[in-house]
Amino acid sequence: MTMGLLFDATRCVGCGACSSGCKKQNNLPGEVEELTTAYTWTTVKPLEGTFMRKLCMHCEVPTCASVCPVAALTKSPQGPVVYDSAKCMGCRYCMMACPFDVPKYQWDRAIPLIGKCIMCDGRVAKGESTACATACEYGATVFGKRDDLIRDAKERIKQNPGAYVDHIYGLTEAGGTSVLMISSVPFVKLGLKNDLPSEPPALRTWQVLSNIPNFVAVWGVFLWGIHWITARRDDVATVESHSKSEDR
Amino acid sequence: MNTTNLMARRPRIGFWTTVVGLLLIPFLVITFLRFSKGLGAVSNLNDSFPWGIWIGFDLLCGVGLAAGAFTLTAVVHLFNLKKFEPIVRPTVLTGFLGYAFVIVALMFDLGQPWRIWHTIIYWNTHSVMFEVGWCVMLYTTVLALEFAPVVLERFGYHAPIRMIHKFITPLVIAGVLLSTLHQSSLGSLYLIVPSKLHPLWYSQLLPLLFYISAIGAGIGMVILESYLSQRAFGRHLEMDLLEPLARGMVVALGIYGLMRLQIIARNGSFSAITNFTYEGKMFLVEFVLGVLLPVGLLAFRKLRTNPTWLVTGAFLAVLGFVMNRLNISITGMERAAGARYFPSVMEMVVSVTLVGIGMAVFALAVKYFAIFPEAKPTEAEH
Repeated sequence: MTMGLLFDATRCVGCGACSSGCKKQNNLPGEVEELTTAYTWTTVKPLEGTFMRKLCMHCEVPTCASVCPVAALTKSPQGPVVYDSAKCMGCRYCMMACPFDVPKYQWDRAIPLIGKCIMCDGRVAKGESTACATACEYGATVFGKRDDLIRDAKERIKQNPGAYVDHIYGLTEAGGTSVLMISSVPFVKLGLKNDLPSEPPALRTWQVLSNIPNFVAVWGVFLWGIHWITARRDDVATVESHSKSEDR
Repeated sequence: MNTTNLMARRPRIGFWTTVVGLLLIPFLVITFLRFSKGLGAVSNLNDSFPWGIWIGFDLLCGVGLAAGAFTLTAVVHLFNLKKFEPIVRPTVLTGFLGYAFVIVALMFDLGQPWRIWHTIIYWNTHSVMFEVGWCVMLYTTVLALEFAPVVLERFGYHAPIRMIHKFITPLVIAGVLLSTLHQSSLGSLYLIVPSKLHPLWYSQLLPLLFYISAIGAGIGMVILESYLSQRAFGRHLEMDLLEPLARGMVVALGIYGLMRLQIIARNGSFSAITNFTYEGKMFLVEFVLGVLLPVGLLAFRKLRTNPTWLVTGAFLAVLGFVMNRLNISITGMERAAGARYFPSVMEMVVSVTLVGIGMAVFALAVKYFAIFPEAKPTEAEH
């Protein structure tokens, strides 16, 4: 059973307790910034008459984890997508690949790391709620089992006709995410992509990568065959020219 | 061996030697800044645009333009067309230097390059970057082995040369396999961003497109490199070898061009061209310069056999190739990133200096090793 977060934009008052709670929990330096950075893992800001949080969506099949060459990013069993800074070599492919543009970089450091929300994996592993959900006094961000959160979200949309857009963001986007969002405003207006396929992007590369062993075998045999034929043709030509000259 | 002849003509590259020499000072300063203050201090890279020219030019083009090496070794050792043997050595050297260039550039681009060996111990077989890392390591080794006889013979170590010759066929096959994987994997890198890369460049066939275009541009590079060597070292152009190679280039680029057009026609991004959007214009320049012109020109035997047109066509193919890789890594990503990226002067200085150092090493190798075949009768004529 994986855990998750449900963000209900209609309940958010934009107080920013989630962002500062996150900073404190994860020992991030500086003040909360306007946009997410390697040092500000979550933000909340007014948009289209409502408030919108930005944080890692914690995909069910994380694109970042699939592209990381050294497996520094992984999906933990409880749901958080976590980062092992000791492995990271700084190729920044995760930043390129993430469909939600979540991972950020320490551009100002000589020994830089990636920074992104890790859904307080240490707390979650102990059965505790995340820092942002704990800090929220308005129930805008709640922590729980993903399945329960989905049921909750559906219930809220059903019980309050007209108050919500009939869409749980994160249910299917990029293959589904552990973080779910509901709102009164279409998500595309809140800076979220509405064209993400329900198939995880990671599958597109896996289709190619999983074929490498077959490819190596077939192409290798083919090349060897070409060599064998051309070398044989040379041999035959040599022998024939030999026998011809002997005939004369 | 006409070494004296080569030596006498050396001053011809004096101008460029000076340019690279002068660039070395800012280059060293930038290197110091890069490693003491971080990537942000020297580059225009940021959270919206994490990959710039060090990936788009240095990595994608460095590897792509080294493709002549595997193409020619396959032609000579597997297809047994021995007449191309004389240009194998300079081509393998170009390939090796291309890969060395990529590795050095990665030292700048990676956040923590001293951890590059992590790909050896921490595996993620689902990552294209993991495949890229292994291909770079293994194929650089193959290229070093393919080139080793040139160095070894200079110092008279014949036993290891015999050893390499004994295993040349498996070595060449390994080289072709690794190159095929590597060239295509650079295209696969972008398969993961269907919602970010502009449809003029995104396609599920990117791996294949990267492979075919690399063969085309790799051959173009062989021709260009022959031309530059001819100028720098006073050699003659091996037109009897370059003309059939150009034919191969036309075929590769022709197939590539048709595939590109078909993909664009199918995914409905043709309107981006007819509407002259930013991406459409960039595509047009890339496609006309890099595909239509070289194919259109060199399809004619008359132009192919003319050194000026041959070199022009090859140059256009290489230029178009570079534009394509930059369009994929930069132009095509800008709209989704919501940001424009143009490399900083410091990023460009690093790239240009590294190319210059590569060319200088090539010149030195020509001076000290038998890179080019011994003087032919035709050469003695003038």
